[in-house]
Amino acid sequence: MPTRPPLPVALAVAPALAIAVLAAPVGFGLIATVLPAFGWFPALGGETLSLAPWRELLATPGLWRSAAISLAAGLLTTAAALAAVIAFVAGWSHTRAFRAIQHLISPLLSVPHAAAAFGIAFLIAPSGWLMRLVSPELTGFARPPDWLIVNDPWGLAMMAGLLVKELPFLFLVTLAALPQVRSHLHVRTAASLGYGRIAGFVLTAWPLTYPQIRLAVFAVIAYASSAVDVAIILGPTRPAPLAVRLVEWMNDPDLAMRFKASAGALLQLGLTATAILLWVGGERIAAVLLRRLCRSGRRFRREGPARLAAAAVVTAAAAAVFAGLAVLALWSFAGYWSFPDAVPRTLTLDIWRRELPGLTRPLAVTVGIGLAATALAVAIALACLERESRTGERVRGRSPYILYLPLLVPQVSFVFGMQLAFLLAGIGASILAVVLAHLVFVLPYVLLSLSDPWHALDPRYARVAASLGAGAGLVFWRVRLPMLAAAILVGAAVGFAVSIGQYLPTLLIGAGRWPTVTTEAVALASGGDRRVIGVYAFVQMLLPFLGFMIATLVPAVAFMRRRDMRPAGA
Amino acid sequence: MPMFFRLFLATCLGFVGASGAWALDPSDWPAILAKARGQTVYFHAWGGARNINDYIAWAGDQVKARHGVTVVHVKLDDTANAVAKIVAEKAAGIDAAGSVDLIWINGENFAAMKRRDLLLKPGWAEKLPNWRHVDWRTKPTILVDFTTPTDGLEAPWGMAKLVFFHDTARGLAMPDSFAELVEWAKAHPGRFTYPAPPDFMGSSFLKQALIESAADRSVLAEPAVEGEFEKATAPLFAALDTMHPHLWRGGRTFPKNKEAMRQLLADDEIDIAFAFSPAEASNAIANGELAETVRSFVFSGGTLANTHFVAIPYNAAAREGALVLADFLMSPEAQLRKQDPAVWGDPTVLDTASLPAEYRDAFDRLDLGVATLRPAELGPALTEPHASWMTRLEEEWTRRYGVAN
Repeated sequence: MPTRPPLPVALAVAPALAIAVLAAPVGFGLIATVLPAFGWFPALGGETLSLAPWRELLATPGLWRSAAISLAAGLLTTAAALAAVIAFVAGWSHTRAFRAIQHLISPLLSVPHAAAAFGIAFLIAPSGWLMRLVSPELTGFARPPDWLIVNDPWGLAMMAGLLVKELPFLFLVTLAALPQVRSHLHVRTAASLGYGRIAGFVLTAWPLTYPQIRLAVFAVIAYASSAVDVAIILGPTRPAPLAVRLVEWMNDPDLAMRFKASAGALLQLGLTATAILLWVGGERIAAVLLRRLCRSGRRFRREGPARLAAAAVVTAAAAAVFAGLAVLALWSFAGYWSFPDAVPRTLTLDIWRRELPGLTRPLAVTVGIGLAATALAVAIALACLERESRTGERVRGRSPYILYLPLLVPQVSFVFGMQLAFLLAGIGASILAVVLAHLVFVLPYVLLSLSDPWHALDPRYARVAASLGAGAGLVFWRVRLPMLAAAILVGAAVGFAVSIGQYLPTLLIGAGRWPTVTTEAVALASGGDRRVIGVYAFVQMLLPFLGFMIATLVPAVAFMRRRDMRPAGA
Repeated sequence: MPMFFRLFLATCLGFVGASGAWALDPSDWPAILAKARGQTVYFHAWGGARNINDYIAWAGDQVKARHGVTVVHVKLDDTANAVAKIVAEKAAGIDAAGSVDLIWINGENFAAMKRRDLLLKPGWAEKLPNWRHVDWRTKPTILVDFTTPTDGLEAPWGMAKLVFFHDTARGLAMPDSFAELVEWAKAHPGRFTYPAPPDFMGSSFLKQALIESAADRSVLAEPAVEGEFEKATAPLFAALDTMHPHLWRGGRTFPKNKEAMRQLLADDEIDIAFAFSPAEASNAIANGELAETVRSFVFSGGTLANTHFVAIPYNAAAREGALVLADFLMSPEAQLRKQDPAVWGDPTVLDTASLPAEYRDAFDRLDLGVATLRPAELGPALTEPHASWMTRLEEEWTRRYGVAN
């Protein structure tokens, strides 16, 4: 084995830097949550360690029901979304319908959760748009029926709201992983043995694909079991899911509630961990069942209903979000619009005229912070991956979960402490602090979306280049980077979208000095005016959408004459 | 990683920081003005209403032009986020260069911040030049905020009174007391609801109901004690038990806040909504959020009244600038503009009779808007119970109704 040339410093320190950027804020954030959970927070008069916050927490009425709802939401929505994605990918890959839906579903990623939830709430409420469409003509309702649909006690509306956002994410992650495992070859073999499309895929390609997307699935469980925005809009209220109550306690005017809120944040952390552990248990069971199924030799060729169901679920999810957004857009032009009118009686540009002038600075700040955080994240991610390629050590192999900590730990449980860490470091409220805070959430997503395509790149290209005399640096700049340009741009677009979505970190760590489209949107949305929400949902969606568009168009144009460099489907 | 180590130590051991007293005297106003010039005041205030945001922007322009003080409105969805910021700064030992200079506040938040020494001391509000017009004689809630003495730690900004509103086009007779409201709800199943406590508006509704239904109102001014609380609230909870099955969604869910409740009125899901701002309905009509036919009403026996304030955190960086802004917000000019329904419609804290003739006449001439009751029509003011009642009420409500059976 020839001796390796020494690594450039930037590459040598990259993994440590990545871990510091990610783990330090989360770690300090957690410490600053753990201590108050045991009564220690001198600024609020807590100077002895005690179990009082826990006693108070456990005495909260309906606590376990809140926890159970969160746990169920985390597991059920993930399972349903994943099942739909598997069945759809397995049953429809390489069909025209598949490509159509694929194009339809990608923009869904850029829709902010809260906007999607708002749209759906207005769609399905008894006074909502669907009911207005058919009232009073078909239903006879001159006023909305008193039906409990939104905020139902079982959390079904909330789960639907979570599902429609998880589906596109898992779908795109799965699509990215498929080429690496050469799924079509396995499926073809299975088909030649007489298996149906879905069975063939699930028995051959899926066991190879799943490990690639497992982290993303965990991230979805963590998100769904601790979501606040969607749960507030669509979720049950008596009691609300744990994360919602946690934020209420955190925001209670009685500052002593923060001790209980901290204990609750740890409970939330435990709950999310439990959800993931239960999921891992489920994985084992599923693996056993799959092996049995495999040995049974059943071919499952009558799969028509399953295929149709999968297509129906995926299409319905996309349609719900689009319809919700469409009615929100309609709201942004509406005058007074009451039940049962299906469209507003008067249309006006007033709201847009009023809101747009105030948006210039927030837009500039949003783009600036987003670009800075994304550029840093892409640079760190590329340095980490390039180091792996040169040394053969895998960062992920050594410390996989540390890098994904911010995705797995519920945000509410460490953002307050993170703010404290930034203050103690002496960089509170600066734009640098805000960019770093965003980096904590952007970097894992960029790593997540970049590492798979990176590892999928055939290493023989680099070897060929080296044999032609190219040094490691030249290989990186002239071979790997251009070949992965499309994937890097998509990763950057994902990171940019994540940065734009940040509310609490921007507000708390930036001390309100850096208003973004999102901080403005959340503040204004608290006034409850659907028309303002419509305007901001659009603006909030526009930026990530532009990001994704650039990520698709640039490689398509740049590689116009190089068919194999173009991203699939472009 | 020495920095991380330092951080760790500070996180584990630290959180110490004394609230410093303050040398400059607001009575020496020229000195304050001189020091304030060039400062930037970060005013943390709820940002959910465009008209209020515009008003704050206007006030900022005025103090910039007159006193060279720059005002930045930090728009919040919840005041708690500003309080959280101050708490974190105190924990980090940032006792002088805090990031919040002025905060829009009242009631529970004020009581909590005062108790935790998070406000600038000693009291300054009563030393401001424009204090001389403030009507603290006939508006007792200016000196006592939810039974907590203000001690000059917050400057009054506007008056609030509980008003109900409904759409007159629906042709329904409205109740005139909490007891009548319970009967009304029974007669109109599914058409009334209130925000779930501990939402501010929901808790305020409970307090209104408690004051009306308590056999002996005098106990409410004192801290709630065991026994008294159960006795005083028994009629209230009996009435709620009767009313809840007849509420919107059968009382199985409640709107999150007053904004959600107002939207339900607009969507024709309910028939009555309420708010703390007498101009709420007029503003919502002007904004296209409610029908033109919506009108306000109060209970003839009186409704809750209180005051909202601005306060300066103990560690504010631009405290002189904050004083200048707080004083301007109390000025006849700013208060007149604020009461104009075309701008905001928030009732003044000033004694308009004591003002120079031009302002007095201007206040009298204000057209308050179609759905706003004149000051004389707002009915008697009920004072807030002691803050401990609210805490206990919220706990008891959550215990009884927070978890569906």
